Amino acid sequence: MNTILVVAELANEKLAMAGLEQLALARRLAPTGTVIALLLGADKAMAEALIARGADQVVLGTRKAFDGYNSDGWTACAAAIAREHAVTLVLAAHTPRGADLAPRLAFRLNAGCATGCVGVEQKDGTLHFTRASHGGNVRETLRFETECVVATVRAGVYDALPADTTRTGEIVALDTAPASRIRIIERQREDSGAQRLEDARVIVAGGRGLNGPEGFKVLEPLAEALGGAVGASRVPCDLGWCSHAMQIGLTGKTVTPELYIAVGISGASHHLAGCGNAKTIVAINTDADAAIFREAKFGVVGDYAKVVPALTVAIKALPSL
Amino acid sequence: MHIAVCIKYIPDPEAAFSMFSIDEQAKKVIPASGLKHVVSPFDEQAIEAALRVREQHAGTRITVITLGNELSRNALKHGLAMGADDGVLLADAAFEDGDAYTTAITLAAALKKLGAIDLVLTGRQAADGDTGVVGAGIGELLNLPVLTFAKSIAVDGKAVRVERVLDDGGEIVEADLPAVVTVSNEIGAPRAASLRETMRAARKPVVVWNASDLGLEANAVGAAGSRAVRECVFAPSKSVQCEIIEASSPEAQGAQLAQRLREARVL
Ligand SMILES: Cc1cc2nc3c(=O)[nH]c(=O)nc-3n(C[C@H](O)[C@H](O)[C@H](O)COP(=O)(O)OP(=O)(O)OC[C@H]3O[C@@H](n4cnc5c(N)ncnc54)[C@H](O)[C@@H]3O)c2cc1C
Ligand SMILES: Nc1ncnc2c1ncn2[C@@H]1O[C@H](COP(=O)(O)O)[C@@H](O)[C@H]1O
Repeated sequence: MNTILVVAELANEKLAMAGLEQLALARRLAPTGTVIALLLGADKAMAEALIARGADQVVLGTRKAFDGYNSDGWTACAAAIAREHAVTLVLAAHTPRGADLAPRLAFRLNAGCATGCVGVEQKDGTLHFTRASHGGNVRETLRFETECVVATVRAGVYDALPADTTRTGEIVALDTAPASRIRIIERQREDSGAQRLEDARVIVAGGRGLNGPEGFKVLEPLAEALGGAVGASRVPCDLGWCSHAMQIGLTGKTVTPELYIAVGISGASHHLAGCGNAKTIVAINTDADAAIFREAKFGVVGDYAKVVPALTVAIKALPSL
Repeated sequence: MHIAVCIKYIPDPEAAFSMFSIDEQAKKVIPASGLKHVVSPFDEQAIEAALRVREQHAGTRITVITLGNELSRNALKHGLAMGADDGVLLADAAFEDGDAYTTAITLAAALKKLGAIDLVLTGRQAADGDTGVVGAGIGELLNLPVLTFAKSIAVDGKAVRVERVLDDGGEIVEADLPAVVTVSNEIGAPRAASLRETMRAARKPVVVWNASDLGLEANAVGAAGSRAVRECVFAPSKSVQCEIIEASSPEAQGAQLAQRLREARVL
């Protein structure tokens, strides 16, 4: 019988959606097997929520013992569970924490490692991992000749299961953290208050075409009118026009909003790797040949500085549904 | 202090993808023959990070290491021209077509052979496979702490302090040396090769090691030692038709777009 371990993360002191998506995937891959969730630095109510979403057992590290992510400590915990239960698959989200944890856990367990997966399937008893490579231009499907595989999965690939509060499961408390060689000196939280890009239904994202930090001031009212959040391609982040936490793409966030408005973004595959799964993409760009128009459902060829304010006004004027 | 930087030589990852083709039979991505190769961007930034550490700690030796074919010597040349002191080329037919696992094993063996390394730097991920596994793998194999996604690196006495990039901000973490640090683009642009260093680069030592130099069995490396089996390689399908909003002025385009989004029930 298969036993799968899901490493659940917190975001803004809440269960991150990605962990719930991994649970749904784990349930699908092991309908009758055991799904264990590792949840560190959280509380019992969150552990119960994981059971309602598909976990059979939750290993819960108390807040006192696990004060936020520490790769050494988390790796040791996950490795101990994986060994004890002969886990065949470990799933984590493809986030900075998941992508930090997965490879070292894989080496520790002598396991295979598949990062940034956009699909995990079981065929004839073998797991097949489809992942993006070459800046999002290529997909490769891998299998591993190992007892166990550790995989990170991109957000939005699988839908979380609806919460079923009649499900039962076991909660195992962990109140001492393993020793760590890594010392956390300081934590900086950036986007507290603002809507998380990962949860936003609408995202207005700006790129180099904004021509400077002031460009984001033009995007903010549009995002506000749509109840959405503001994101960015890598260029404005690297140029210091906006915070690094706003970066969407291969090495930034993976987002799956209903509506993604790309403003002054050329549509490089590296960027689309993080937003290509948005339901509707709208592009505003002066260059009619920009690659983003090949991904968008609606496009405006024009200067954002004029188009975006007009769009904002028009959206505000739409009769409410 | 001795810093080793692991660098991979890859086809330009920012080239249009039309410069590549997918060979489904061989399960490989093939770059067009004229496509230029570069040091993978995050690895070039890892070299930059090493040079910045050396600016604070005179006498630091920086060794650049690459695993690849003879062509990869160019990666070392580039690293040396940026200012690294010496290079190691890991080349052997037995190394070919490996995976992240065999790459980490091979690099770890080379690092061991180099002797007392204080700091190992890698990129956060190689920009061809986009895997992000080898850095952590080296750390595990050599039993060293690994600090990932570095935005800045400071070495202070016996410890390395790293500012890490996270999706909700960042953190500052520290570990005793020796340690492995993986570098992210937030560290900033790498310096261009200087004329002086480029002139000196030709005289800087480069050693070439094969599997037996590293004490590795041929079946433990390359395709033979790989754990990942590639079943297929394909291009993702796209099927979006873009409706371009035509109107007489940018203002009218904005208004028209709002209208169309409403009609399409997006808003
Ligand atoms: C390994 C690797 C990883 C990467 N990871 C990421 C990632 O995670 N996320 C990411 O975004 N990128 C990433 N990149 C970078 C990526 O390849 C592109 O360079 C980047 O996405 C381009 O950003 P951009 O579209 O904002 O800028 P550009 O490509 O310069 O495009 C700017 C666009 O703005 C348009 N424009 C100019 N003026 C106006 C105006 N007034 N109004 C409207 N439009 C205008 C232009 O026509 C152009 O299309 C990565 C690259 C590599 C090699
Ligand atoms: N063939 C190679 N030669 C030298 N370094 C490599 C090689 N492959 C990977 N690396 C290093 O490991 C990092 C992560 O690679 P990967 O796990 O393949 O994404 C890269 O950024 C490099 O620093």
